[in-house]
Amino acid sequence: MSKTEIRSPLPGTFYRSPAPDVPPFKADGDSVAAPDTIGIIEVMKTFQELSAGVEGKAIRFLVDNEEPVMAGQVIAEVEA
Amino acid sequence: MTIRSLLIANRGEIAVRIIKAAKALGIRTVQIYSAADVDMLAVKLADEAVEVGPPAARKSYLNIEAVVAAAKAAGVDAVHPGYGFLSENANFADAVEAAGLTFIGPKGDAIRLLGDKVAAREVAARAGVPTVPGSAGRIDGLEEATAVAERTGYPVMIKAAAGGGGRGIRVANNRADLERHFPQASAEALAAFGDGGLYLEKVITRARHVEVQILGDGENFIHCYERECSLQRRRQKVWEEAPSFLLPQDAREKLCASAVALAREVSYRGAGTVEYLYDDETGEFYFIEVNTRIQVEHPVTEMITGIDLVAEMIRIAGGAKLSIAQERVKIAGHAVECRINVEDPVRGFLPTPGRIDRLVVPAGEGVRFDTMLYEGYAIPPFYDSLVGKLIVHAENRDACLDRLARALADLTIVGPPTTVGLHQALAGDPAVKGGAFHTRFLEQWLETEFAGETGRTAEVA
Repeated sequence: MSKTEIRSPLPGTFYRSPAPDVPPFKADGDSVAAPDTIGIIEVMKTFQELSAGVEGKAIRFLVDNEEPVMAGQVIAEVEA
Repeated sequence: MTIRSLLIANRGEIAVRIIKAAKALGIRTVQIYSAADVDMLAVKLADEAVEVGPPAARKSYLNIEAVVAAAKAAGVDAVHPGYGFLSENANFADAVEAAGLTFIGPKGDAIRLLGDKVAAREVAARAGVPTVPGSAGRIDGLEEATAVAERTGYPVMIKAAAGGGGRGIRVANNRADLERHFPQASAEALAAFGDGGLYLEKVITRARHVEVQILGDGENFIHCYERECSLQRRRQKVWEEAPSFLLPQDAREKLCASAVALAREVSYRGAGTVEYLYDDETGEFYFIEVNTRIQVEHPVTEMITGIDLVAEMIRIAGGAKLSIAQERVKIAGHAVECRINVEDPVRGFLPTPGRIDRLVVPAGEGVRFDTMLYEGYAIPPFYDSLVGKLIVHAENRDACLDRLARALADLTIVGPPTTVGLHQALAGDPAVKGGAFHTRFLEQWLETEFAGETGRTAEVA
């Protein structure tokens, strides 16, 4: 099983859910398709959806909800 | 009670502006900062700086307990809230006062009253200020809605009484529209806010956004004339002017007098702004809301009147009487402010935080650049994208636009994409030169003129 990294294209704050008190887009261990939204990056008060970009199984998030991220930082890994 | 020291409960360019005003008054400054803002210009300029929390604004700049604790620990006399963040939070104003400190702004109760849209409309009506025609309050059903719409004339805006953020708003251009949209709007309001109550407002189709700067000390109230803020994108002002070009003198006098009447009605203390919609076709104006703080675009008023608004609000908070009588406030020339944001207009205004590799600031007579930038500064991605304001003043509007074009050409920001190019295009645009604006002008212009010029697709992020 090879691991594929999903990186944030933007710096900002990472959110796993579409809104507070709502389940996350993806739970750890979920499978993802390339167009699936896996989180939101808030950059300067604007919200940009982050899609997986790859197909894979057993997604594992490396960044917690509401954590600051840098551009290029690995957000999650999937098993391709 | 003279203020000898103050804490800046804000960040960015307005923090720098407040520090400059305080220094000129001989006041000691203490700057708060989040963990992401340790390199901020205001931190370098202030006499002291204190960290109040992590990068997330909710845990730092919006954290009332942390900010008040920092103010108490720093031993300051007063707190200046700037704009945004906690500046119009009545609970914050109360908490500052409860800690035995002076809040530089109105009392919490005044902020509360004017912050409530329905209550503020009632205050305006009591002061004889015209409000947007519509229903007096909530509407009981479609029958009443139809009667109101017939009275005000179509188009009308159906708004959720408990609404906000643009949700629960529908526009009806005729009776059939109203009959179709009214139940939908009610259902949407109920789902979104747990309250299906609606009210109706006439749509002012070709409106200008004109606002009046007021100052009050609780007993004396003056206006410092108006600002023209019609160039907006997504309800965010992009370019502001003072005075409002092509506003008839009699309309100006009525508008400014009504703002002073409103200030008197609530015994206003501090600097504030009364916002209006102005209908070019009828010459009518309508009250929108009062902002109980200093505004981003305050410099254009300072440039044409010579009044230092930030210094004046600090003095008033310290118990001083207004230092300027109304008859001494005069309009001299014309001023324009361009908001400089780190955003890429060609990519749907995507925010572009990053490092400033090189900065050349225009200077000279009638040119002012209020900013937080310096060479080598890395703009954090957690806050607003506004990084500077270029303000230009000249004897008349034409001369001002010429001077603006030269100043924009001299303004060099190397690093992240900015909106400087957008302002250059606006400054040279014939419609802008002619003063033909209304609140939807800029969005239409971006889709047509600007898109054609840059070859960008008309997508919006």
